Amino acid sequence: MALLEIQGVTRRFGDFSAVNDVSLAIEAGEFFTLLGPSGCGKTTLLRMIAGFDLPDAGRILLDGEDLASRPPERRPVRTVFQSYALFPHMTVEGNVAFPLEMAGTAAAEQPARIAQALAGVRLEGFGKRMPHELSGGQRQRVAIARALVTHPRVLLLDEPLAALDAKLREEMQIELINLQKDVGITFVYVTHDQSEALALSHRIAVMNRGRVEQLDEPSRIYGAPATRFVADFIGHCNLLSGPVERRVGDVATLDVTGVGPVRTTTAAAAASARGTVALRPEKIRIGATAPEGTPDNHVRGRVADLLYMGDVTVYRVETAGGARLEALLANSQSGRAKFFEVGDAVELSWAVDAGHYIPE
Amino acid sequence: MSARRESRLERWTLAGPPLAYLVVFFAIPTLIMVLASFRTPGDFGGLAPLVGPDGSVDLNLDSYRRLFEDTVYLEVFAKSVLYATITTLACLALAYPLAVLIAQSPRKYRDLLLLLVILPFWSNFLIRVYAWMIILGPNAAVANAVNATLAAFGAEPVSLLFSSFAVLVCLVYVHLPFMVLPLYANLEKHDRALLDAAQDLGAGAWQRFWRITFPLSLPGVYAGAALVFIPALGIFAIPDILGGPNDSLIGNLIKQQFLETRDWPFGSVLSIVLTVAALALAGFAAWVGRRGAPEPIRA
Repeated sequence: MALLEIQGVTRRFGDFSAVNDVSLAIEAGEFFTLLGPSGCGKTTLLRMIAGFDLPDAGRILLDGEDLASRPPERRPVRTVFQSYALFPHMTVEGNVAFPLEMAGTAAAEQPARIAQALAGVRLEGFGKRMPHELSGGQRQRVAIARALVTHPRVLLLDEPLAALDAKLREEMQIELINLQKDVGITFVYVTHDQSEALALSHRIAVMNRGRVEQLDEPSRIYGAPATRFVADFIGHCNLLSGPVERRVGDVATLDVTGVGPVRTTTAAAAASARGTVALRPEKIRIGATAPEGTPDNHVRGRVADLLYMGDVTVYRVETAGGARLEALLANSQSGRAKFFEVGDAVELSWAVDAGHYIPE
Repeated sequence: MSARRESRLERWTLAGPPLAYLVVFFAIPTLIMVLASFRTPGDFGGLAPLVGPDGSVDLNLDSYRRLFEDTVYLEVFAKSVLYATITTLACLALAYPLAVLIAQSPRKYRDLLLLLVILPFWSNFLIRVYAWMIILGPNAAVANAVNATLAAFGAEPVSLLFSSFAVLVCLVYVHLPFMVLPLYANLEKHDRALLDAAQDLGAGAWQRFWRITFPLSLPGVYAGAALVFIPALGIFAIPDILGGPNDSLIGNLIKQQFLETRDWPFGSVLSIVLTVAALALAGFAAWVGRRGAPEPIRA
């Protein structure tokens, strides 16, 4: 049995269904992420797990027990809020002691527990500081220590890194992974940042308009998106749509406007259906001439735009047929900032199994 | 002209008129009062001449000595402090739930509710005090109900009017808005996420109030307490109109010295005691308020 089960949960605000018949099972010890754009229902779902909101339909079970009758203060679930919500009139110690006091932990036991929790987030010696004396990253850690000090069954994190700058965010991501491994507590993490979700999670539920579009491991979410939305939302993706012209064995050929026939490996495509090939920019080979041998797919075009990103350059290539494809090239060769300029004629090619077929 | 000098000129232009007003109508009169407290009352009121016919300067501590010669004055002062303290606590107890209610109501109703709180200011202070004479009068519904209840228990009927009760009720009534407004101003700014966090961390409703809302509202409590306590300490109209013979407060005593006994030096001494007490309390409230106010957390 899963630790946390969400069964057919729906939450409506007027006519709008913020969460629409969502079912999930989250395992003990898992780092689980709810990923989606703002308004997709991920925060509403998190608030229902915490108990700040109740489902209009469906059930939320923890260890098989329905949580509906438990108010937030009586759920073995803790939340790290986006704003951290540290109590400004208490020291760091006071903040971390608060849940222990609420739980009636013996006063003699508290100092050791507090010290342990602060050590867990590398904040030894910060106990006497006030929250306003801390940096953003330190406040973040206090919020996590405060939430973990009572060893909850589940830790809910609501976009906890959104307020930090990029460098610090990356550092905190690594710390979160290690912390979760150390404490072994189930993390349910809410974010709209797809790279954060990919880096942190064991499994990701991609949400859109109140529904789960795909529930999978990060590599599957990225490499085998189940829907056009998932393919588009996670990273950059060329979406090549068109009718399936024929299928030979497990290779289907789509007729894509502006590109021509696109061959892709699939077990799902039925002839005369419509579908989309999701093709990541880094899977496309970009060159001045056609590659040797016969590639599975190739199309000629001109560089319309380019984005020099330092480590890589993204080329937007317009085909003769007017379609636009994005291809990515690592700037790994010394002394060369870019390989092509705007207006250069280029040849794009990719293998038959480079893309992922999404049926419509 | 340098920018710095220009801004200094600007500052004095802005601050000058109010400063001049305070010097002429507050600082100088206070000095005159302090000076008067060391002089001798005139034979027909006012003050005896500062320089006597024999050229001696008339400055003495007689009025200060008088303050301590008879305990009655200090008793009246102590009673004033007691009444002001009761008023402050009663206002706090009544205003706090009201301020919470207003702060938590939908934004569109808040202005209306605040308007209702200050509505009494639209009618004259004395009229509002006299209104209590009617409300608490011997033949009014309140007195009838109280005395009927007392009679049912076999007790003697009481007079609500001209009593400490009437004075305190009216003191609370008059000062209540001064407690509500600073409390509301504080509570309205509280971050809702803190209460969510406290609840998430296991705090029930009472603990959320006692550990989060109340400590964070202390600056508002101190401001409201100062705004109620200090005027309540010096009030004279309410005991005059609604009080009994034993309800004279320091304000009544001062008024009496100037208008009836015509002992200006002693009236000045009593005024100085009141002013110093009020200043000390205001200073204390400001100090505690600053210490109690948490630094806002900024990103």
